[in-house]
Amino acid sequence: MNLIKLLDTLCPDTNSAEEKDMFFSRRESFRKFGDFGKKVALAAVPLAILSSLPRIAKADTASLIGVLNYALTLEHLEYRYYQTAIESGVIDGADRVIFNKIRDHELAHVKFLQEVIGNVLKGMPVAEPKFDFTAKGNFSPFTDYPTFLALSQAFEDTGVRAYKGQAANVMESDVVLTAALSIHSVEARHASMVRRLRTKKGQDTVKGWISNGSIGSLPAATQAIYAGEENVMHAGVNVVNLTGIDATAVSEGWDEPLGKDQVLGIASLFLA
Amino acid sequence: MKNELIKPSGLVKSTDRRLFLKRGTMSVAAAGLLMIGCNDDEQIPMNPAVSLGSGDIGILNYAYALEQLEAAFYAAVITGSYYANANAEEKQIMADLEKHERAHRDFFKAALGTAAIEDLEINFSSIDFGSRNSVLGAAKTFEDLGVAAYNGAGKFLVSADLLLIAGKIVSVEARHAAAIRDLINPGSADFAGDDLIDVNGLERTLSFSQVLTAASAYVITPLDFSQLPS
Repeated sequence: MNLIKLLDTLCPDTNSAEEKDMFFSRRESFRKFGDFGKKVALAAVPLAILSSLPRIAKADTASLIGVLNYALTLEHLEYRYYQTAIESGVIDGADRVIFNKIRDHELAHVKFLQEVIGNVLKGMPVAEPKFDFTAKGNFSPFTDYPTFLALSQAFEDTGVRAYKGQAANVMESDVVLTAALSIHSVEARHASMVRRLRTKKGQDTVKGWISNGSIGSLPAATQAIYAGEENVMHAGVNVVNLTGIDATAVSEGWDEPLGKDQVLGIASLFLA
Repeated sequence: MKNELIKPSGLVKSTDRRLFLKRGTMSVAAAGLLMIGCNDDEQIPMNPAVSLGSGDIGILNYAYALEQLEAAFYAAVITGSYYANANAEEKQIMADLEKHERAHRDFFKAALGTAAIEDLEINFSSIDFGSRNSVLGAAKTFEDLGVAAYNGAGKFLVSADLLLIAGKIVSVEARHAAAIRDLINPGSADFAGDDLIDVNGLERTLSFSQVLTAASAYVITPLDFSQLPS
């Protein structure tokens, strides 16, 4: 069913064996590209490897570039947020080791995505937008530490949902999908850490996982970030009814995706 | 419990299930032939390997096996003396993880329906459930392993719906892993440590074979993953 869907997308009038062969060889190209991708992931990419990459059909590449540029936009936002905070001195001394690490990861994600978009897929990586982390004067994250932590949680939880929402859109490429999954779980680790840190400091009662789509003590503007997280139906199964486990715990056990429009709606609050 | 509840429509396609059943039957038949072919003095395995199956179903069974392991672990944790004496935060975390992993396990069993593998035999004799270090060390191993397993298996899934479901679960495993690591080394960068995350900010992935080899320290039932995609 998935293959048929892909065929519909990629080869609209495909019924001939020849066209199907073309499709499958294209899938094969992606798989080979996948092997090279592992090398991309190791270090700076030698030109010789890049030029030996199998050619990838234009339509597929364009769609991958689109998704990755969307991810890059979010990584730009996260990196700039942490870098500005570190420079501002707002972060408590004892917690700097945590946010230096998160900043390092976000910068690595920016560079990795730029590399894949620009040098592997031969696209144009989006430039870093101008951000306004005060959201037009509503927040003071670089002078007020609790606000910094609150927005950090909001960005990390949004990042987790955003990557999850794109998994199916990059599954035609093994390497892009695996990289996206490997960034996704790192964002989830960040989110868990920041959430628990806020609770340890008495600023909230949230746990590392999201309970019932609750925003906790975050500003009401973050509601869209947690909307739908209360879901307990998966693959047509109501897991509360199935297991007898309370709905709060079941909602915590599954994170939900967010679509691009919803995520960009949230991110746009922080665009200058 | 109603039957419909444990047979979600659309998750496991009937063709896949038929294929699985056909292959399952064949391997049982083949195992029978092997047994007949054995000489009396040859050792007959007491525990025939459980086949995870092939394709997306095989990968779901792979996830189900790992969730069985995690669920059994936390079930043992919350009846042990570490838990009984733990502080409020750690108690809350362990109680939550027990519920989350039990929910994951039961969900996969329901989703797989008749294609689900049997209950695995698990042995935690190497873990001291009275020791905080031993419990947290094992929890870290299981959670990190789960994340790497889902991250490594994602590319083999054909169904976008199943990929999304795996995605919904893996980020929760990553949240668990970060919390456990922070309990072990509080306030450090270990929650997303360099032992797992490379210079590109990408978390490690592990293959079926690497994961099941690690799991075999606790899972007694032999698992045959030879039909999983590669």
